[in-house]
Amino acid sequence: MTATELTLQATRMPAVVAATSPTVQAVPLKMRARDLTVGYSGKVAIQDVSIDVNQNVVLALIGPSGCGKSTFLRSLNRMNDTVPGVSVSGHVELDGEPIYGPEVDPVLVRRRVGMVFQRSNPFPKSIFENVAYGLRIAGVRDRAVLAERVERALRHAALWDEVKDRLQESGLRLSGGQQQRLCIARALAVEPEVLLMDEPASALDPIATAKIEDLIAHLRSELTIVIVTHNMQQAARVSQRTGFFYMGRLVEVGDTTTIFTRPKERETEDYITGRFG
Amino acid sequence: MPAGARKLVGKVRHGDRALAAATVGAAVIILGMLAIILLDVIVGGARTISWEFISQPPRKGMTEGGIFPAIFGTVALTLLMTIAAVPAGVATAIYLTEYASMQSRVARLVRVSVANLAGVPSIVFGLFGLGFFISTVGRGIDKVAYGGQSVYGRPCLIWSALTLAILTLPVVVVSTEEAILSVPRELREGSLAVGATRLQTIVRVVLPEALGGILTGTILAVSRGAGEVAPILFTGVAYYLPQLPTNLNDQFMNLGYHVYVLATQSPDVDRTKPLLYGTAFVLLVLTFLLNLIAIYIRSRSRKRSRASA
Repeated sequence: MTATELTLQATRMPAVVAATSPTVQAVPLKMRARDLTVGYSGKVAIQDVSIDVNQNVVLALIGPSGCGKSTFLRSLNRMNDTVPGVSVSGHVELDGEPIYGPEVDPVLVRRRVGMVFQRSNPFPKSIFENVAYGLRIAGVRDRAVLAERVERALRHAALWDEVKDRLQESGLRLSGGQQQRLCIARALAVEPEVLLMDEPASALDPIATAKIEDLIAHLRSELTIVIVTHNMQQAARVSQRTGFFYMGRLVEVGDTTTIFTRPKERETEDYITGRFG
Repeated sequence: MPAGARKLVGKVRHGDRALAAATVGAAVIILGMLAIILLDVIVGGARTISWEFISQPPRKGMTEGGIFPAIFGTVALTLLMTIAAVPAGVATAIYLTEYASMQSRVARLVRVSVANLAGVPSIVFGLFGLGFFISTVGRGIDKVAYGGQSVYGRPCLIWSALTLAILTLPVVVVSTEEAILSVPRELREGSLAVGATRLQTIVRVVLPEALGGILTGTILAVSRGAGEVAPILFTGVAYYLPQLPTNLNDQFMNLGYHVYVLATQSPDVDRTKPLLYGTAFVLLVLTFLLNLIAIYIRSRSRKRSRASA
């Protein structure tokens, strides 16, 4: 695809999105990052990032590889804590509460802020046990409750009809796209308030990708989604707000329509029109 | 041939051929050695093997009868050693891989110790067992609990098992570490991301996934330890015992040591020779069995992880 074609698409698509997402700014805040700086063993990965995540809004993070968007995403549920040599400074709030506070348990943060990864990572367990995993570790034992919540999560992830007759089969026997939806179901089963998605469709074919995108559109009514994507059309299709990261900084964030049609910054425009990246 | 065309026929590359021949030769030598040992032991041993040989104790100054006490002693020793070595080894590996940070001094010290432990000659372990377990720990127990009577302050099964366990430990630690490290990071993160604690992630995701590798490495380590004689020489093995060991502080007979005894202490070499072959055969079969189990487990867990790709 040439740069001009991409520009045309990028300008055309958000028009549809804009119609379905009127006033993003009026929506209440779910998460808030202020002056967030994250480094790995002394090397700065993101610097002074401040961004608002509105409730029931899909926020897309775009930018070239290595720009820090994944690092930022992983700092929203303290997933970076597991990386040796990581240092975090700044402020992140969930419903006004600091998630990096001294007494905050990162495990409890992750129960409210779930995550789906680039490579689907089902456990080598049955489909049912994959989805039930989060419930079991949270102490749910009642079989009826487990069955009901597993079904609900699978329905939410648009996978129920495909797997309802084979719940005891290994999750690894599903196709790539189904595996990724299984991972989404696993994340949804513990009923998180925010779902972080790290390039959830980058390893999938166009049909599986379309299913994931549909899913995101449906899930928005129930939770808040932050999605990292390499694919700018995808950002335009699924999100209401978009942030552009470049070299560890948040260059610009705003309504998706605005970012793709009238970006304020030169770097944003160069990136979305395909001049680099 | 048109002018300037580059030719396709070149000279034979002798270096390549020589290297290929040398590597094939080396492989053949190794195979040959193994074949000679196996053939000799199988041909010599198979004739001796009978139900009586396996189920009876030695008779007539070890020139007749069987080796049952030595089989029993070897199995008991191996089991006790496994019980002692595996939990400690697996726990150490979990600490090193899951809890210790890269810069941790303690972890570095543990790693260096494990590596050095693996390099210590086995006879030194035997002397260590005598000096530490028997003279220090055993005598200490006797002094405190038995009024100075010699109950644990002498060579016996438990001290041999513990000495062997220390010898096996490094291999268990290293192979468990490798198995745990081979669990994909994505699986851990998938678990943590739904709100699992580190402990829950280790117990429910990491260890089950690493189990095949842990078992394989552990069994190989155990089968290596099961054939060792030097560590038990001073710490509990006996030349001949009229009855089987029933307590941890009993002495025991052992297949490896029995081979040594038959080969060097026999009153009648010609009559012990078949017994010697038979004993070596049984020892080989036992270790091979352990290795076969390890290979089976490994191929099964490989199959499982291949299904995930």
